Amino acid sequence: MTVVVQARRLLLGQSRADHVVPPTGHTARLTVFASGAMAFLAVFALALSLATGRLADRWSLELARTATVRISAPEGQIAKQTESALRVLNTTPGISSARALSPQEERALLEPWFGTGLPLDTLPIPQLIEVIESDEGVDIEGLRLRLQAEAPGAVLDDHTRWRRPLVDAANRLRSLGFISILLIAVATSAMITLAANSALAASGQVIKVLRLVGARDSYIARAFVRRFTIRALTGAFAGTVLGAIAVASLPSPSAEGGFLTGLGFEGWDWAWLVAIPLIAALVAFISTRIAAFRTLREHA
Amino acid sequence: MGRTTVIRLQDVSYGYGNTELLSQVSLELPPGSFHFLTGPSGVGKTTFLKLCYLEMLPVTGSVSLFDQDAGSLDRNGIAGMRRRVGVVHQDCQFLDHLSVAENVALPLVVANRPAESDNLTELLKWVGLTDRADALPAELSGGERQRAALARAVIMSPDVLIADEPTGNVDWEMSVRLLSLLVELNKMGKSILIATHDMNLIRTAKAQVPARVLRISNRNVQLAGAEL
Repeated sequence: MTVVVQARRLLLGQSRADHVVPPTGHTARLTVFASGAMAFLAVFALALSLATGRLADRWSLELARTATVRISAPEGQIAKQTESALRVLNTTPGISSARALSPQEERALLEPWFGTGLPLDTLPIPQLIEVIESDEGVDIEGLRLRLQAEAPGAVLDDHTRWRRPLVDAANRLRSLGFISILLIAVATSAMITLAANSALAASGQVIKVLRLVGARDSYIARAFVRRFTIRALTGAFAGTVLGAIAVASLPSPSAEGGFLTGLGFEGWDWAWLVAIPLIAALVAFISTRIAAFRTLREHA
Repeated sequence: MGRTTVIRLQDVSYGYGNTELLSQVSLELPPGSFHFLTGPSGVGKTTFLKLCYLEMLPVTGSVSLFDQDAGSLDRNGIAGMRRRVGVVHQDCQFLDHLSVAENVALPLVVANRPAESDNLTELLKWVGLTDRADALPAELSGGERQRAALARAVIMSPDVLIADEPTGNVDWEMSVRLLSLLVELNKMGKSILIATHDMNLIRTAKAQVPARVLRISNRNVQLAGAEL
């Protein structure tokens, strides 16, 4: 029998099987609460994974195709060396554009750290040249040697030095998010197994009576599995909805907020939330089924 | 090959710890038979019945139901056999959260058969529990529990009915009424096996059907003589 057929039968039919299991107040509430709490946490773990994934992708994509040339020279030579460096850059294969930043643009870059009103013209600020690479890429080492020869004060920064650890960190955060989701699923399974074992242990007489009247193990197991699966589904649905509301109510992404305000779902990311209650139900289904058949074997 | 027995025990032994309760018991119950099982308390009547409806498996020897060796059956096979055997336990266990009517209909629910309300109502009326249909088992007296257990045991129209002291907690009038139900079932071709101490009940039954009496003594089961 396929999983789909079993799931359909479990959720849509056989409600009479569920009826033969006595109501278990504490266990029921515990299962619903645990599933809800775990789903709530899973929403945040998922949001973290997706956000860091987006960040890693963006950094990889954006920074991989840009470089910066910094001209540090005595005041009278900056303009000349800038001109020489631009000439080198514009004649280098693999570079689609190169342009010197204006004083206003350089001021804007420093404003987040030093605030407005910075007397930039009185400080020995190096001239920055923004370099955009074309798809074919550029020979960085060759370019560096040519710049050294033509403009001794020019230092080429292809961003690799600081881009790689950032992308690595973002990728690692994404992995940690997925590991957290996995751990949440395992913890949910452990809690549901405990609750199911508790319910099964308290149902010795129920099992005995059902066997007396000819119930097969699959029937008895289904009664417990159905109950715990529906509880987990209900709890996880509520937890997911609350988690989604919490994530949606985070501040909107902004340049000032950086990564933290980007912690959320974008576009189709929201569709992933549907998977959380379904995974919780699947975890409950498998955990309770294993626990039920083990108990029934012991009662044989 | 036609069926020859509903229950067959071949050299069956069973014991608890080092104490052997039944030793080398061999017995055959043919279809449509009516047997009483007697013997002093603690002699092994309940154990013998449990071996017959496969709640226990023998230490040695073999038990067959409907010509099928119980040793060759898995748990699903045993469950299938139990649907053909109605059982009334001495302690009459029920699902305490279900009503009397729901408990009586439980074998139908388990077998995924429709619990036809007419039959259920008729059966409850027949065991005198119409007014108690919605009660919970905890609210029933000992006699009412036995009657409910009997109704549950026969609702599937089993091929054989095994009852452990089914009239132990009911008055004589109700005992006779329940006996008449068992006699009716027997006349319909069902096999009946009842453990009882009640000699009056046995005499009353023998007046209506050719009932035979089995007696457990010396760790064995023997046919009792005509003195009963």
